[in-house]
Amino acid sequence: MPSSSSRQTSNNTLQDCDDGVLRIEAARLAFTEHCLFDGLSMTLPAHGWTCLLGRSGCGKSSLLRMIAGLPVAPDASLSVGNGAGQPLNLRVAWMAQQDLLLPWRRVIDNVSLGAAMRGERADRERAMALLEQVGLGHTARRYPQTLSGGERSRVALARTLYESAPLVLMDEPFAALDALTRLDLHALAHRLLAGRRVVMVTHDPLEALRMANQILVMRGTPARLDSLDVPSQPAPRDPATPAMSNNHARLLAMLDEVAA
Amino acid sequence: MTRALGRLLLATAVLMVLWQLVTLAGVPRYMLPSPVAVLETLIARAELLVEHGLITLGEILAGFVCGSLLGVATALVLSRWQFLRATVLPLLLISQAIPVFAIAPLLVLWFGYGPGSKVVMATLIIYFPVASTCYDGLRQTEPGWLDLARTMGASPARRLLRVQLPAALPALASGLRMAATAAPIGAIIGEWVGSSAGLGYLMLQANGRMQTDLMFAALAVLVVMTVTLYFGVDRLCRTLMPWQPDRLREGGAAPP
Repeated sequence: MPSSSSRQTSNNTLQDCDDGVLRIEAARLAFTEHCLFDGLSMTLPAHGWTCLLGRSGCGKSSLLRMIAGLPVAPDASLSVGNGAGQPLNLRVAWMAQQDLLLPWRRVIDNVSLGAAMRGERADRERAMALLEQVGLGHTARRYPQTLSGGERSRVALARTLYESAPLVLMDEPFAALDALTRLDLHALAHRLLAGRRVVMVTHDPLEALRMANQILVMRGTPARLDSLDVPSQPAPRDPATPAMSNNHARLLAMLDEVAA
Repeated sequence: MTRALGRLLLATAVLMVLWQLVTLAGVPRYMLPSPVAVLETLIARAELLVEHGLITLGEILAGFVCGSLLGVATALVLSRWQFLRATVLPLLLISQAIPVFAIAPLLVLWFGYGPGSKVVMATLIIYFPVASTCYDGLRQTEPGWLDLARTMGASPARRLLRVQLPAALPALASGLRMAATAAPIGAIIGEWVGSSAGLGYLMLQANGRMQTDLMFAALAVLVVMTVTLYFGVDRLCRTLMPWQPDRLREGGAAPP
């Protein structure tokens, strides 16, 4: 079981898997009453977006939390490992549905939060450069509550990038945004996270089709993962093409169907 | 702000006039001195009031600082080591069932006739409100912030000091404001029970000698000190939390 204390010595396992794919094996989450999933595995390429879809309550957010080494439910028994039969011990960059900006830190200090949390010296130049990349250099000295929802999401993206962890985990990061802001952020996130390994949980099939290099659908009890072919165009894909509507219909059908 | 101040001054002036009218109606001076008489005493006995006032002020400030620090420290320790919660927290709650006034004579016995026992009294009276508001604040941290801190590799101590404590500051601020008004009570009670100096002592002496005007003057000094302490603490909390929007001023009572 990945515990918070074991996370401190986390960097090494990354190096091992940086040469190529990262395998997550034998993920199991069970409560006293029922088992959500058992023996789940997934292969994450060295870079590119893996989108995880599934109905509410299927355990996809829990799976993401387990990969991140975060506590799940108190009565859950869980285990997850890498291909070598060892527990996962990854350094990850985490981006949740809320932007989670700390209101008492200025925007620039929110970007470099990870350094403060590890007791390191903040690299202000890098934080500033990232803030400029998301187009918010002018807000560096402001407090987060003076920003709009879209701006706050972009700061959260800059903070995620600051972590420079090779595995980026996102739990519906753009769900709270309006449609147009979301499309902007898709393009921005795709550009800035190029070369990183991203796993994104989403409820929105179109979002998955727009962004993913790999789509995994989680369904059934206990749940299993099925992969779905993604459209061949490079991401982020235009949602208004016939190919996308076809795929959208297939994906919806897949989500609806009860797994055998 | 200036408008609110103006209204406050107007209301005070109206009360003063009413008070003066009541005393003019024939209430004897030893029962209720007129505001003018109190003002006269304030000026005439200024030296005495300042001398005793400074002693009480010192006790209040020392008690406020000690009680706040102890309260915050307790809250931090309880949050950091969860097993202490089951043992220390019930003890703390039970200790609150003991009225501080009841143990005041005991404190004088233990800590002496001087300022020590008064500081302890003020400390005790504000310790619990500060500890409990701070502890509640520490427990109500947005869980997402703690998740984020965990993924960044923050140690439990750092999560507590860098995430939970700043997040608890608004709750702590209301505890400190409460403490600012309660600390003077502790100091005065302590002085009543046994002392040879301070505003409480002065009031007790004046009361015994039917110098009601002096008692009112001492009371006025105490009120000014308490109000100043309250607003000082309020201002300090605001300065420490520049990100915290002032909801009262923004959305509160709109001027007619």
